[in-house]
Amino acid sequence: MDTKKNQDNAMKETEKKKELMMFLSGSEEKEHFLSSANRKILSDPLNDDNPITVQVLGICSALAITVQLKPAIVMSLAVVFVMAFSNVIISLLRNSIPGRIRIIVQLVVVAAMVILVDQILKAYAYDVSKQLSIFIGLIITNCIIMGRLEAFALGNGPYKSLLDGIGNAAGYGLILIIIAFFRELLGSGKLLGYEVLGHKGLTLADSTGLYALGYEDNGFFLLSPMALIVVGVIIWVQRSRNRKLIEEN
Amino acid sequence: MDKNGNAYTFIFAIAMVIVVGVALSFTATQLKPLQDENVRQEKMQNILSTFVGEKINVEGEEKELTRDVASEVYGEFVSEEISLDNKGNVKKDVDAFKVNLAKELSKPNDERTYPLYVANYGEDKFYIVPLRGSGLWGPIWGYIALKDDINTIKGVVFDHAGETAGLGAEITTDWFMERFTDEVIYDADGSLIGVAVVKGYSGGTDKSDNAVDAISGATITGDGVSDMIQNILKNYEPYFKELKKSDKVAIR
Repeated sequence: MDTKKNQDNAMKETEKKKELMMFLSGSEEKEHFLSSANRKILSDPLNDDNPITVQVLGICSALAITVQLKPAIVMSLAVVFVMAFSNVIISLLRNSIPGRIRIIVQLVVVAAMVILVDQILKAYAYDVSKQLSIFIGLIITNCIIMGRLEAFALGNGPYKSLLDGIGNAAGYGLILIIIAFFRELLGSGKLLGYEVLGHKGLTLADSTGLYALGYEDNGFFLLSPMALIVVGVIIWVQRSRNRKLIEEN
Repeated sequence: MDKNGNAYTFIFAIAMVIVVGVALSFTATQLKPLQDENVRQEKMQNILSTFVGEKINVEGEEKELTRDVASEVYGEFVSEEISLDNKGNVKKDVDAFKVNLAKELSKPNDERTYPLYVANYGEDKFYIVPLRGSGLWGPIWGYIALKDDINTIKGVVFDHAGETAGLGAEITTDWFMERFTDEVIYDADGSLIGVAVVKGYSGGTDKSDNAVDAISGATITGDGVSDMIQNILKNYEPYFKELKKSDKVAIR
């Protein structure tokens, strides 16, 4: 009798474990933490499924905050944080969220995360928070976050969602940083605030570096349209290197 | 319970709002003292930096003017905090440091309180006026330090809430703020006109023309800076006149 009870208990326990596994990873099979499928979730958004250049999401903030490199980098980090956490939270709640208000629930979670980040930065990293000013609040409106919550976190376990969140935010950040690099370099001749092309004085004689040869900054790069053109060039380069992204006709 | 039923949806929504609301208000109230302290220290740092720049000389020792240092030594250098109305009368019962200029500016002009800070650094005396105005996207503010002739600018500090990075936000950079050093706020006829931010400025290093060069791509923010300086300073004019009449000020 006892052995049978024990067996029953053991069976129940494995069942429970399986259920938990199912809940956490969204698949029945036991997977290695960085199995090839999981690695793909993390790395796909960097190239084949990039949120900006392939899915064309999050263009708005790619225009707004890529004038300089530093805010672009900090913005990318903040998006990684918000996206990873909101993906995990939505994924944990995915079986209890009522279908009809799921978008509202997602919005509330993202907004709460963003406010939390903002408040904590204001208290413990005041200078960073000043540097970012309104950009932190703007993360709420970033379509990539809602897109990934809706498309991925609602149907997958928390661990996979975490990877998906980090991957997509990194893919977004990568493009942001590339755009900001060109815009700051060509628009104001600086990188991270350092005058890498030399110093522009009032006259040619006062100038050093490229400016002494008569080089001028292209002020057009400071305006948003140039960000779109840079995105276009990035998409062009990416597709010429990665042929499977090209549509059939 | 039916997960798509009305009852469940309502219960879920209510529970979610309560949980999120409690969590956020708890964090906000917990962090509020820290945040307020940061803002207070930054105000002291801004006031001090208008006349000392980035490094402060405390009893012969050069120190980086960080927020911590600023709040420590603020009392040593800022000797008076005066609350004024727009007629130049001193309001004795108002703590100038606690005056919120944004709130004051929303009142009718004759009910406003204008703070003025008087500081001594080395041999020199400075008058520091807090500024506030509007840029392109939101408020801009700052401090302006006048030398004891109440005409020449010792230094300025600007800040903003949401000007465009790389364009309007450049008003907070050192190279822009340095342009104001040694400019004068009275014109040749002796009327207070402040310092204008001018597009296509051709004055070079002329310090007596009440104008500095603008930032390309930041015309509206630049105009906001000009207006801010003029609109705020003119409310101090009656008090400045009194000061100049008395022996306290060396008239040039």
